[in-house]
Amino acid sequence: MRPFRYETVADPAAATAALAQDPGALLIAGGTEVVNWLKEGIVRPTRLLDVSGLPGLGAIDARPDELAIGALVTMADLADCETVRRDYPAVAEALNRSASQQLRNMATIGGNLLQRTRCPYFRAETDLPCNKRRPGSGCAAIGGADRTLAIFGWSEHCVATHPSDLAVALAALDASVTLRGLGGERTVPVAEFYRLPGDAPERDTVLDRGELITAVTVPASATARNSWYLKVRERVSYEFALVSVAAGVQVDEDGTITDARIALGGVAHGPWRLHEAEAALNGVSIDDTPAIASAVNPAFNQAQPRLQNGFKVPLAQRAVLRTLTTAVGAR
Amino acid sequence: MTREAATTAARSRVDGPAKVTGTARYTADIHPDGLVYAALVPATVPSGRITAIDTEAARSASGVLAVITHENAPRVETVEGLAQTWLPVQDDLIRHEGQPVAIVVAETTEQAQYAAELVRVTCERSPARLDFRAHRDEGHPVPTFTEPDSTVGDVDAALKDDAEVIVDQRYRTADRHHNPMEPSATIAEWRDGDLLLYDATQHVWGPRAVAAAAFGLEPERVRVRCDFLGGGFGAKGYSWPHELLAPLAAKVVGRPVRLLLTRAQMYTSHGRQTGTEQRVTLGAKKDGTLVAIRHASATPTSVADDYIEVCAAGTRSAYACPAIETRSRAVPVNLPIPTPMRAPHEGPGMAALEIAMDELAVELDTDPLELRLRNYAEADPTKGVPFSSKRLRDCYLRGAERFGWAGRPAKPRQMRDGNDLVGWGMATAIMSTFRFPATARVSVDRDGNVLIEAGSQEIGGGTYTTMPQIAAGVLGIDPARVRLALGDTALPQTGGTFGSSTTLSVGSAVADAARKLEVKLRGLADGADPARAGLGRLLSHHCLDRLEAEGSWAPGGNAVGEGPDLSIATFGAVFAEVRVDADLGLPRLSRLTGVYSAGRIINPKTARSQITGGMIWGLGQALLEESDVDVNLGRFVSKNLAGYLVPVNADVPHLDASFIEDEVDQRASPVGAKGIGELGAVGVAPAIANAVHHATGIRVRTLPIRPETLLVD
Repeated sequence: MRPFRYETVADPAAATAALAQDPGALLIAGGTEVVNWLKEGIVRPTRLLDVSGLPGLGAIDARPDELAIGALVTMADLADCETVRRDYPAVAEALNRSASQQLRNMATIGGNLLQRTRCPYFRAETDLPCNKRRPGSGCAAIGGADRTLAIFGWSEHCVATHPSDLAVALAALDASVTLRGLGGERTVPVAEFYRLPGDAPERDTVLDRGELITAVTVPASATARNSWYLKVRERVSYEFALVSVAAGVQVDEDGTITDARIALGGVAHGPWRLHEAEAALNGVSIDDTPAIASAVNPAFNQAQPRLQNGFKVPLAQRAVLRTLTTAVGAR
Repeated sequence: MTREAATTAARSRVDGPAKVTGTARYTADIHPDGLVYAALVPATVPSGRITAIDTEAARSASGVLAVITHENAPRVETVEGLAQTWLPVQDDLIRHEGQPVAIVVAETTEQAQYAAELVRVTCERSPARLDFRAHRDEGHPVPTFTEPDSTVGDVDAALKDDAEVIVDQRYRTADRHHNPMEPSATIAEWRDGDLLLYDATQHVWGPRAVAAAAFGLEPERVRVRCDFLGGGFGAKGYSWPHELLAPLAAKVVGRPVRLLLTRAQMYTSHGRQTGTEQRVTLGAKKDGTLVAIRHASATPTSVADDYIEVCAAGTRSAYACPAIETRSRAVPVNLPIPTPMRAPHEGPGMAALEIAMDELAVELDTDPLELRLRNYAEADPTKGVPFSSKRLRDCYLRGAERFGWAGRPAKPRQMRDGNDLVGWGMATAIMSTFRFPATARVSVDRDGNVLIEAGSQEIGGGTYTTMPQIAAGVLGIDPARVRLALGDTALPQTGGTFGSSTTLSVGSAVADAARKLEVKLRGLADGADPARAGLGRLLSHHCLDRLEAEGSWAPGGNAVGEGPDLSIATFGAVFAEVRVDADLGLPRLSRLTGVYSAGRIINPKTARSQITGGMIWGLGQALLEESDVDVNLGRFVSKNLAGYLVPVNADVPHLDASFIEDEVDQRASPVGAKGIGELGAVGVAPAIANAVHHATGIRVRTLPIRPETLLVD
């Protein structure tokens, strides 16, 4: 058998120290994702550090200017928070469309952001060519079943997408994650937290060895209040997104867009922000569908669909339109 | 309680509390003394030869008792009766990915799994054929329960001379896996040379015969038991290699061995429903009268074995037509051999025929229901014999009324609700009735408690509940006084719990035994009704502890109980409403009505569960389920329930399911029942596909229906 030590850690400093010193160490909190990795042989840690009891990471602090979420807050608690539902509807919707109630009761916000891809080759019951799972082993998805995989930002080493719904909503709302490592704390925007696969797809994020997520902060804004999350999937519930869209939008009394933020899920190695489209939407009427399409669709000129996933381009374009209008309607 | 009411009351499952409280023991829950655990090492290539197998590390891992490979495995005498003609771990050939190449036995299941990872297999990979669709015209016929081909009349001539409208299209359904909640498991224990198997099987006599032959034993020396099945859907119908590998391993280690398949191994160890390539040609007069039907299919089989999906099985009997030609062919590929899955043959086949019928209705500018009624078959058009009973016309009319079909706009894309395009579609369901011989024993004791003994299986359909109802009805007593013992080859022999055959076959044997017992009891009561006298009191009065009678029923005909004089089938009319998001292309089922003609319904409650379970199965076929094959790796892409989508509750709207209640088909079985387990899974997918066309104007001929197909302006 593959024995591993299980231990609880008392404070964040102990966790970062243990992580930094021991390459066989792995954090576990809610366990809804790590246990899957263990069962499929995706990871083989020698030491599991249970951080679920770390003090000070379990609170939701809804301040006037921002929402501060401890990394150990459960998905269910955050989704149920009245302030989140009122002032950050995209976040609440992304959470409620994730996983199942049972999983949301266990899974933590920090763990949610550190989920790994649902690429079927990565998730197989045995090692298949997968550079993310075993660096240097190749990528079976290239030339294989790529219907659910990336259309933006992939490399010849990896075409995986990131599965978190929450990350997409957070990226759209300019949220950031607080990371704690040996050298102290640093703050990284969620949109920059995820890496592109490049030639090191085994690294999903910019998290350094020895760092852990302690908090997520979402700035409050009128745009965040007028936000929405649309998850497009074949099964009505309990499935990951084919594509998803988080959007926040502000319009003036004439219905002219004054601020828009858009992030896509299911299309890249992490949430994919559409900054150019956001800029182009300024001054466009929310009721002028062709003009919105003209502002949004050029963002897809960079898309590089693969064998089976070309449909994600029109699907995501249409999903963006739907989400923008829903977000305005959600005011 | 009247005798009829005892038999046909809507009773809750007697085993329900045991199942939901976890006290019902399924195969893998049974732990004989000294039990040890086996883990399989699967092949990772689809074709080739093992050149070396290094078991050193595995053998020295802690707790390991044996590592069995083709180099040291005991040889079985024969694999006769197995679902395939070869047993793994007997030679160095690799015939498909996932095939076991070694068995590790250890003191704990964790030790066995770990050691299995340490076995190093070196193999020479040889070229593999994996895409049967590319070879759809190169198939061969395969003998099966029915002829692979059939011909009535002259289809070519009818298409040329008589047809005024022709529909000629290709259809495609996906490879699908059974995915029962309970994985297959076998516990093998040798006792003084006799073999006891606790086995998750839909037919305890199947593995008994196979194991007896393989190990050179008289069948009586092998006993197979199965108290509960956590679903099967065909996966546990035939006998599969793991059911022999477990006793083989137990022989090697001299202790009872449990072999429990992993979820991933459930994708390569017991077959699947084949994907299909089908071509349907319909010729009709302008008034809608069919003049020709041709239905040809190609499905994959394995390189080493033959299995065929007879897609046109339903087409042969569905509509009155003077010229019907059907053909089924199998294309060998390096994948495991397929097997029947709810609903075999008609399930994928009627999807093609019924979408084609909808296309014909569009061509003719006729209502799809009107087209079916115009071509209603009063007798079986291929066999040229009457149906044992058929109330399909009632199903059509009642279903149409319940659904509100009369309000359907003729043209597609006429109904919209917000972002959703709404459409209505319908289809015919037809399913062969499989019948198997059965025996049963019914006894009563001095307390008036009745015991039925019949070695059938409880797969989730409600056998523990329905058999007592049948016996109670005959004896005129409360079904609560009747208990059933099943799942044991030491009990009277029955057929398998497959082909929707249990209630009609085993039920008829139970009724026969109960009737014979009633005759004996009536003798004790001097000709009076024994129920009135009280069964227990009668026995006491005559100083008897127990009185029993044996009964049996045999359908005659061929291996599936099909005779030359009668066509026995079940029928249904299915009406679906779908909503397709106009922008996002997502199809959702919003209403489903099914009305079924399926003989006598013994228990309306369990029958409803069976038929709605089938309807949800059809929803999965229509919109979600597909086992994609990676042709580079030669394996199914996702061997888990995250990558293989089955419907969840949120996908399932209210299901309006009902039966023609006053139908009793005593030509199909003495109890008047026919099968319903598979019928519900037929007709739903084409009704949904036809509703999608009605909603969007887009004709989908490939299942499952993907949003990308519907993403048009």
